[in-house]
Amino acid sequence: MATITLDNVGKSYAGDAMAVSNVTLDIADGEFVVLVGPSGCGKSTLLRMIAGLETITAGQVRIGNRVVNDLEPGERDIAMVFQNYALYPHMTVRQNLAYGLKNRRMDRAEIARRVDQAAGILEIGDYLDRKPRQLSGGQRQRVAMGRAIVREPAAFLFDEPLSNLDAKLRVTMRSEIRQLQRRLGTTSVYVTHDQVEAMTLADRLVVLNKGRVEQIGAPLEVYRNPASVFVAGFIGAPSMNLLAATRDNGRVMLGDVALPVAVPGQGPVTLGLRPEDLHRAPEGAEGGLDMTVAHVEELGAQRLVHGHVGGQALVATLPSDAPLADRLTFAFDASAAHLFDATTGSRI
Amino acid sequence: MIERRPLLQAAAHLVLIIGVLTVAFPVWLAIVASTHPQSAFETGLIPVWPGDQALVNYGAMFGEGLSNLGAPPLSGMLFNSLVMALVIACGKIAISITSAFAIVYFRFPFRMFAFWCIFITLMLPVEVRILPTYKVVADLGMLNSYAGLTIPLIASATATFLFRQVFLTIPDELMEAARIDGAGPLRFFWEILIPLSRTNIAALFVILFIYGWNQYLWPLLITTDEGFYTIVAGIKRMAEAVDSLPIWNYVMAAAVMAMVPPVLVVVLMQRVFVKGLIETEK
Repeated sequence: MATITLDNVGKSYAGDAMAVSNVTLDIADGEFVVLVGPSGCGKSTLLRMIAGLETITAGQVRIGNRVVNDLEPGERDIAMVFQNYALYPHMTVRQNLAYGLKNRRMDRAEIARRVDQAAGILEIGDYLDRKPRQLSGGQRQRVAMGRAIVREPAAFLFDEPLSNLDAKLRVTMRSEIRQLQRRLGTTSVYVTHDQVEAMTLADRLVVLNKGRVEQIGAPLEVYRNPASVFVAGFIGAPSMNLLAATRDNGRVMLGDVALPVAVPGQGPVTLGLRPEDLHRAPEGAEGGLDMTVAHVEELGAQRLVHGHVGGQALVATLPSDAPLADRLTFAFDASAAHLFDATTGSRI
Repeated sequence: MIERRPLLQAAAHLVLIIGVLTVAFPVWLAIVASTHPQSAFETGLIPVWPGDQALVNYGAMFGEGLSNLGAPPLSGMLFNSLVMALVIACGKIAISITSAFAIVYFRFPFRMFAFWCIFITLMLPVEVRILPTYKVVADLGMLNSYAGLTIPLIASATATFLFRQVFLTIPDELMEAARIDGAGPLRFFWEILIPLSRTNIAALFVILFIYGWNQYLWPLLITTDEGFYTIVAGIKRMAEAVDSLPIWNYVMAAAVMAMVPPVLVVVLMQRVFVKGLIETEK
């Protein structure tokens, strides 16, 4: 159990742009932090820097109260779960679990106790003597988790551990990981590009883009008050509609429609509206958005209506029994509107 | 692809059978020849069916050899060949697996230079550098020694490349997982890499054993002491009798004995050998 502190951490490759820059983050003891972002945003690099698999070129990483910048991964008291599990193929499950303990010269009785305990927690006791290739994807995933648990480390690091599983198993394992982490109370850092995984697992989300932190906050906080256009578009499914609008005399104008949103200043602005915040309004309603429907996606519980408003794409979520037409009018509450600076992308 | 055409199948089998016969017939002749008395060859024809002198011939070859022709007993030459083949195979595997480990898993200055130096040895087999190598070995006083027989043949790149390819197929995450599990480079090498390359090592061992066993030119050149003759080079000395007819029944007995160990190695290691060549799952 320990805190993890990142202090202005950065990573640059020789002569290349920064892969990660100026990340400052305090992870509390027992906290579950999810690093999320599109591929290439530096989230895996950041995790690997905490693990010690990548060198840190700027700043400081502390685990507990120890500066670990120059420590080998094995000395950092962390355990990692990899995307492709990285189980040792020539060892049985039991040997896989015990390997890290054996290397630390722990005595046999203690190793056996910990392996049995972890096997019990993860329900993998029945195949302790099998080789990884005889296991299914989900079982391998459990073994990989077991290898982390037996170490009883200061922190768990997860590098997209569910990406190789099928959709259904992913949902089960997701909640298992969450419950397990709660139960063990181990500080965890989890990397994913899947924003649903990020929302459901995290105590706190760290949204990364191009090697920089866009926003840090609790999942709902990030969802409700995205700090930038990037976060707004990334968190939430289906993603937020981002419309180019203008400010005119304290009102937001979309084309020549005055919207029910008050804002000071002049000039262009980006208006963010979540599809689920749009609801049907009578045709010609004041401040309504008249959408030309292009196509409809049926999700079962609801339907996604894709279309255009004044030449800009718009998606709205409707109940699955809502009537459809070629033209629909949508309205929204002023509180549901997110406004962003059109040039910097930051929240107004 | 499954084709059900009896005629095609028959033709295919015919080609295969002819091929097998072509390869097997000389071997058969050698075995048959080694079972006849010397007189059987005086007609100039080689017998096709086995004779009754097998025990006598093999006994003579193992016991006394052909001392007047400069060929020591077979057992000594077989032992020399065995030592040579084993040392070459093990030495090559040891040297190339460690160099491949260095090249794949470490970033050191002049790494690519080292890589190319190893690569260049591919173009310099013993036959090409035979005179300078002989000079070096002679100056080092290694003529007529096991060291002289084996060391010049150990240094080459083929096996390094094979292991490099094997290591490249092992996912990096395995190395990273081992680092997180607290395994240093040597522990990773012994406990993860070598067990994972086991089948490749076996396959390579078979190839290199046969390569070492079949060495002809090099042992012929650097051994003048009967005690260090190897069997493949020894056969040549027997067949090259001065002022007399070669004693074919004895020569063939030696040839048959020279064939047995490589065959045994292949047969015994066939399963791992094939596995090593085709296995891809890591």
